[in-house]
Amino acid sequence: MTDVLNVRDLNVSFALHESEVHAVRELGFDLRQGETLAVVGESGSGKSQSFLAIMGLLAKNGRATGSARMGDVELVGMAPGKLDAYRGKDIAMIFQDPMTSLNPSLKVKTQLAEVLVKHQGYSLDKAIKESIAMLDRVGIPAPERRANAYPHELSGGMRQRVMIAMALLCRPKILIADEPTTALDVTVQAQMLDLFKELTNDFGTALVMITHNLGVVAGLADRMMVMYGGRAVETGTVDELFYDPRHPYTLGLLSSTPNPESRARRLNPISGLPPSLEHLPEGCSFNPRCAFRFDRCLVERPPLEPVGEGQRRKACFYEGPLVAEERSA
Amino acid sequence: MLTYVLRRLASIIPVAFIAVTACFFILRLAPGGPFDQERALPPAILRNLRAAYDLDQPLVIQYFIYIGRLLRGDLGPSMVVQDFTVSQLLALGLPFSLMLGLFAFVIATVAGIAAGTIAAVNQNKWPDYVLVLVVMIGLIIPNFLMGSILQLVFGVYLRWLPAGGWQNGSMAHLVMPVIVLAWPHAARISRLMRGSMIEVLGSNYVRTAKAKGLGERLVLSRHAIKPALIPVVSYLGPGLSYLLTGSLIVEQIFSLPGIGRYFINAALSRDYGLVLGTVILYMAIILVLNLLVDLAYAWLDPKVRYR
Repeated sequence: MTDVLNVRDLNVSFALHESEVHAVRELGFDLRQGETLAVVGESGSGKSQSFLAIMGLLAKNGRATGSARMGDVELVGMAPGKLDAYRGKDIAMIFQDPMTSLNPSLKVKTQLAEVLVKHQGYSLDKAIKESIAMLDRVGIPAPERRANAYPHELSGGMRQRVMIAMALLCRPKILIADEPTTALDVTVQAQMLDLFKELTNDFGTALVMITHNLGVVAGLADRMMVMYGGRAVETGTVDELFYDPRHPYTLGLLSSTPNPESRARRLNPISGLPPSLEHLPEGCSFNPRCAFRFDRCLVERPPLEPVGEGQRRKACFYEGPLVAEERSA
Repeated sequence: MLTYVLRRLASIIPVAFIAVTACFFILRLAPGGPFDQERALPPAILRNLRAAYDLDQPLVIQYFIYIGRLLRGDLGPSMVVQDFTVSQLLALGLPFSLMLGLFAFVIATVAGIAAGTIAAVNQNKWPDYVLVLVVMIGLIIPNFLMGSILQLVFGVYLRWLPAGGWQNGSMAHLVMPVIVLAWPHAARISRLMRGSMIEVLGSNYVRTAKAKGLGERLVLSRHAIKPALIPVVSYLGPGLSYLLTGSLIVEQIFSLPGIGRYFINAALSRDYGLVLGTVILYMAIILVLNLLVDLAYAWLDPKVRYR
C-alpha cells in the first residue's frame, strides 16, 4: 500500500510574550492510503496542533518546521495561497465542535457548494445538486430542505453530518477528524463512527482520528499513535497496542478506560497531571508519573525505536513486562 | 414580517408623543421668549403679538393647541422669521441638510468598515497603528474645532478649498464639511468593525472556511464580513442621527444653507415653533432609521426572527 502522507521531524512552537512553547517535537509518522490512524493522548499532548500545522491552520503566533509530504507536495511552510489548492480538495479536516464550526450566517448549501465551485470548477447549480446528493449520502433526511436551512436550524448530530459531507465533497485522499464526536450525544456518537467507517471505505480516504476516547479507537482504527508531551511515545496496530502495550503511558491510558469484561472494580487512573509544555521534565517527559522509571529515565530521553520486526515503535527504556498489577505508584 | 413592521410603527406613536411633550415643556423652562429684544416693545404691541401666537394662554392650553395642530400636520408659524410657517422654513433647509448628512454617512460607513477590516486583518502591524491614530484624532477633536482648523489650513493658508459658503453649489464647498462630519463617525465604525472582525477571524467557522481552501479573499468576503457587520449595523441608526444632528453645527461653521442655520438661530431667539418643528422632524427621521436598522438584522443574522 502506498503512503498518502509522510511526516518527518515536525515541530510546532508558539511564541508567547517572552518565551516559546513547543507543542509538538520531532513528530514522524506515515499514513497509508485508505487506512484509519488514531492519534491518542491527553489534552495538551500536541495531537491537534500537529494536524493543524499540517493544514496550515496554526494560530498567528504558531510556527511549524520539519516536513509533511503528501505525495510530492511539501505542506509545511507552503504559502497559504498555494496551500488552498490542496486544502479541502486532497486533505480535509473536521473539527470538534459542530455548533460553532459552521458559519451561522450562510445557508448549508452555500457552505457546501462553494467547495465544489472552488476545487472542481463546477457551476453553482451543479455544485448545489452534488451537495444535496452528498447530504443524502451522509444520512441527512430531506436533504433538499436541509440544504436551504441555516446551521442553527439543525441539531448537533445533523451539523456534524453536514461537516462530514463538506469534508468529503471532493473525495479527499486524507481526512483529519479532530475529536469529531466529543460534542455529541453518546447515541449519536456511535452512528457518526459508523458513518466515518462507511464513507472513508467507499471513497478510499485515509482517516486520521484525533481522540482521547479509546472506545472510538478500538471500533474504528487500524493503527494508532499515542502522544505525550508533544511527542509520539508508541505507535503500532490497534491490536498490538491494546493487547500488548509496551509504553507505560499506553498501559495507563488503557487501564483508566472502563472495560466491562475486566474484573477490576475500580478504574486505575494515571497518577499526576499532564506536564506543562513550558517545563517538561528532564529525560523522559513521562518519568514523574511512571511506575516503571529507573535512573536512566531521569537524565536521558528515550528515542522512538522499533519494537521487534514489524512497524511497531516505542519510546521507552524499560524492557521488562508491563503488567498493570505490578504498578506500585 | 409585515406584522412586525406594523407593530414597530405603532410603537413609534407613544415614543413620539413623549418626546414632543418633553420638548415642549423643556423649551418653555428656558428664560426669555421670542419677543424679548434689546429695546423692549411697547406693552400694547407685545400683548397683541402674544395673543396672535396664543402665548397669553396658560401653558397647558398652549400645549393642547399645539398638539391639536400637530395632529393635523401643521407645525404652526415661525415666531421670529416673519411671514414663514415652520414647514416652509424646514422645506427650504431640509434637502441640503439631508444631502450633507447622508453624504457624510455613506462615506463614513464605507470608510469605517473598510478601515476596520484592514486593521483587523493586519492586527498589530503598521496599518493597525495608523488607524488607531486617525481614529483618536477623529474622536478627540470636536467638530467645531476640527472645522475651524481645516478652514484655517486649507481655506485660508493653502487656499485649496473654499473656507465656507455655498455660492455656486460646487462640490468643493462640501469637501471640508463632509470630512468634519464623517470623521468621528468613521472612527467609531472602524473601531467596532475592527473588534468584531478580529473576533470573527478567530472563530471556528472561519477556521473551517480556511480548511476548505477557499482562499483569503473568499474567506473574508463571504464568511467573515457578514457576521462581523452585526455590531456595526446596530450602531448605524444612532450613528446617522448623530450625523444629522451634528450637521446642524457643521452647517453653521461653514455657513451652509441647511436647517442648521434656522435651528441655531431659532434656539437662540426662542422661536418655539421652529425649534419644536425641527426636533419633531429629526425625531421622525431617527425613529424610521432605527426601524430600518432592525430590519437589516434579519439579513445579517438569520437567527433573528420577527414576531
